[in-house]
Amino acid sequence: MNDITFDEISQRAEAITTPVRSPWAVVLRRLARHRSAQMGSVLILFFVLVAVLAPIVYPYNAIVDSNPVNRLKPPSAAHLFGTDSLGRDILVRIAHGARISLGVGVLSVLLAAVVGVLLGLIAGQAGGWLDNLLMRGMDILMAVPDLLLAIVIVAIRGPGLGNALLAISVVTVPGYARLARSMAISLRENDFIMAARSLGVSTSEILRTHILPNSLSPIIVQFTLGVASAILEMAALGFLGLGQQPPWPEWGAMLSDSAKFLGAGAWWALTFPGLAIMLSVLGFNLLGDGLRDVLDPRLKR
Amino acid sequence: MTQTDNLLQVKDLKTYFFTEDGIVHAVDGVDFSVKRGEILGLVGESGCGKSVTSHSIMRLIGQPGKIIGGEIWFDGKDLVQLSERELRQIRGNRISMIFQQPTSCLNPVFQVKDQVLEVLQIHQQMDRQHGTARVHELLKMVGISDPERRAKAYPHELSGGMAQRVMIAMGLACTPELLIADEPTTALDVTIQAQILELMRNLYRNTNTAIILITHDLGVVADMCQRVAVMYAGKIVEQTDVRRLFREPKHPYTQGLIGAVPVLGVVKDRLEVIPGSVPNLIDLPRGCRFAPRCRARLERGLTICAEEEPALRPIGLDHAVRCWLYE
Amino acid sequence: MTENLLEVRNLTKYFPVYGGVLRRVQGWVKAVDNVSFTVRRGECLGLVGESGCGKTTVGRAVLKLIPATSGQVLFEGRDVFSLQGPDLKALRHDMQIVFQDPYSSLDPRMPIGESIAEGLKAHGMRSARQRQEAATEMLRKVGLEAYHARRYPHEFSGGQRQRIGIARALAMQPKFIVCDEPVSALDVSIQAQVLNILRDLQQDFNLTYLFIAHNLSVVEHISDRVAVMYLGKLVEMADRETLYRSPQHPYTQALMSAIPIPEPDLKREHIVLGGEVPSPLRPPAGCRFHTRCPLAFDRCRTEEPPLLDLGNEHMVACHLRQPPPIDA
Repeated sequence: MNDITFDEISQRAEAITTPVRSPWAVVLRRLARHRSAQMGSVLILFFVLVAVLAPIVYPYNAIVDSNPVNRLKPPSAAHLFGTDSLGRDILVRIAHGARISLGVGVLSVLLAAVVGVLLGLIAGQAGGWLDNLLMRGMDILMAVPDLLLAIVIVAIRGPGLGNALLAISVVTVPGYARLARSMAISLRENDFIMAARSLGVSTSEILRTHILPNSLSPIIVQFTLGVASAILEMAALGFLGLGQQPPWPEWGAMLSDSAKFLGAGAWWALTFPGLAIMLSVLGFNLLGDGLRDVLDPRLKR
Repeated sequence: MTQTDNLLQVKDLKTYFFTEDGIVHAVDGVDFSVKRGEILGLVGESGCGKSVTSHSIMRLIGQPGKIIGGEIWFDGKDLVQLSERELRQIRGNRISMIFQQPTSCLNPVFQVKDQVLEVLQIHQQMDRQHGTARVHELLKMVGISDPERRAKAYPHELSGGMAQRVMIAMGLACTPELLIADEPTTALDVTIQAQILELMRNLYRNTNTAIILITHDLGVVADMCQRVAVMYAGKIVEQTDVRRLFREPKHPYTQGLIGAVPVLGVVKDRLEVIPGSVPNLIDLPRGCRFAPRCRARLERGLTICAEEEPALRPIGLDHAVRCWLYE
Repeated sequence: MTENLLEVRNLTKYFPVYGGVLRRVQGWVKAVDNVSFTVRRGECLGLVGESGCGKTTVGRAVLKLIPATSGQVLFEGRDVFSLQGPDLKALRHDMQIVFQDPYSSLDPRMPIGESIAEGLKAHGMRSARQRQEAATEMLRKVGLEAYHARRYPHEFSGGQRQRIGIARALAMQPKFIVCDEPVSALDVSIQAQVLNILRDLQQDFNLTYLFIAHNLSVVEHISDRVAVMYLGKLVEMADRETLYRSPQHPYTQALMSAIPIPEPDLKREHIVLGGEVPSPLRPPAGCRFHTRCPLAFDRCRTEEPPLLDLGNEHMVACHLRQPPPIDA
């Protein structure tokens, strides 16, 4: 500061001494301190861990081989969650079922998000007849209750895991398309988009570098909450026998199997798969709420 | 200056905001007084704490903010200590406030008439019939032509200038002793600002209401005020009458501020510049808060500025400065 | 030196207003109506007016950031509105813009170095290193440091962001910059910093500015010539000294007298205009200012005054100000 004059100093902006913090880093820091996000993350992490470890700890045949001697045994040291009507260990089946529920949940929503966001951005950017065509299509999809539509799709294409996944994706797409479209339209009013245009940046480049990254916050929130409802829908399809086919363990299918034996007092066969569905859905919902809180206040200095 | 001619006296007021990033020292030891029937200007740039000061007087500080110290004496009572109930009898009645964004201060689902009437009903127990007549009278007083018709308007039907007139009518409904005007013309265009300032000047002449005029515009200060307090980073750095402030500003910040404003009809080659920007109110510099941007400190080679905070000291009749240059 | 860099001819921009169940066009906001002016190479033309007078729309239409309804803009003889594709892109090099709001004009998810070099990338500067060097150079020009390039907008103050916005425009090495209220969102002390920078850069790079603002004092400080707009129309235009010494249009006069001056002993006669600016949806017939003009007479209500030269290129649109008779 000694060999430059005050006037020179006065032309400079002051120094910044804090470490570089990207907007995402700021969000992560806030998220780490958010109570319900913490709980949600712990739950999700737990189920992910279970899903990853299940095939390592329990061999494949443990979930499919029936064992009539052990049918409908209440929880004990040997079978912590008891056994089902075919004498299979429920704990093992739930652990393997986590692979299906989480996998399908994440995959179907991911597929829906990619397709929906793409359609939404195109509609929002193009406007006019294309926008109208795409969004009216989405409106029609949204006019039918999600589960009903999913059932119709599976009924047409036949039951099975792949078709269930596809059905869940299709019913989820409109939400993302609407969200992405409204983000594209509201962001378009921002001066930084105008600035990019004045610099000669092409429309596709503006979509990629400005509009998409700035739309991500609400999309991530909706994605997280979307996984929760996808797990529920998967369970519902499974319960109706339209999802994963036996002998594979799927939480919804396990519920419907066990429901028949509730009268016989086999509460455990119903309770534990139900708890698994509830807790995993709760986990994603809690994380989604946390993300919404953290991402919602606009990033200010 | 005796206690009695002071309508309002603020002593060592501290209002902090407890955010997740740390404690924001928005108002950090502010002292000033308002005499009966005067217009005091509270000037400063954004983030200096002038609005928080005014909200503190009305005790309108919400989470995560809190008045953590100081006294606000009004008519023998310390507003900081009053219960919410006692306070309600003062707010809007003996002290009222007008804001920068008039349209957002009016409830969009009620007619103008009902909103002004509400003030009268709360504080003066006026019945609807007398109240309505008084509302028309008030609207006329603030220069709204055809008050009977305009009284039935909803806020969205009013322009910014008109809405500010309605706010002023509401503020003056109970002939308060003190009116706090928080940047009342900042959101308005110059020609509308001129209308509102003219209106405030006339109302001021005809009533005995003292005004605290909060603004960042030195032109408005020169136009309207008798005395001025200049705020910087949560503290008052200079306080004096308006003539002396513009004739012989003492604090380097005041001097810089006056030099930085382009003045109509005066063409300078370069504007004077205050380097850098306002300090972070969470992590304040030790010593004088203006020291990092202070030209006089550098030229005089003062070292104490960066170490110890100066006090707001009188240096003449009704002229106080917070600066080591005058110790 | 007096060569015209930019010529705006009869620029008009109407925005449709939709309404009703079917969202049909119900009317037109006449934001800019038949505005003509020129900007000379190397000068700063100030464009002043109150909110809603159309000054921002003029700035954006001139750059073809929004489509104009009619009219013509010539930049160095090229017809801006007819340019397409690569020609339009090439024009982006020469004409740039600095925005008012330092918060919405920078992408919050992009490090500012990338924002500054964004235009260079779009124009084919492939090497990331080259772009980084260019960004650093521009940062230095506006008083920031190289290490700032990696930082995100939320880490900067309003004044610093405005410097970044200027650096972004400057990186294209433009000839002409539209400054759209570049200091109105800033505090006075910061405003002075930015104004000084704009002025230094103008000299260093021989830039031409269209400086849009509502603050007459700021415009006086930076402009060589000044144009005043009211409700979509140009009402007066002259060189700075003429305009500020002897404003001729009653609106300009009122505008100037309405500005509070930081000088407590100055006793001025205030011309306080009554009423409000009429809606640009239904502008008044005749002279658009007649509803508020203290001098209005019958003719003003029916006949629109043309913009006439009073001599020395002092243009005024008022029935009361007629050019001196031409000597034969």
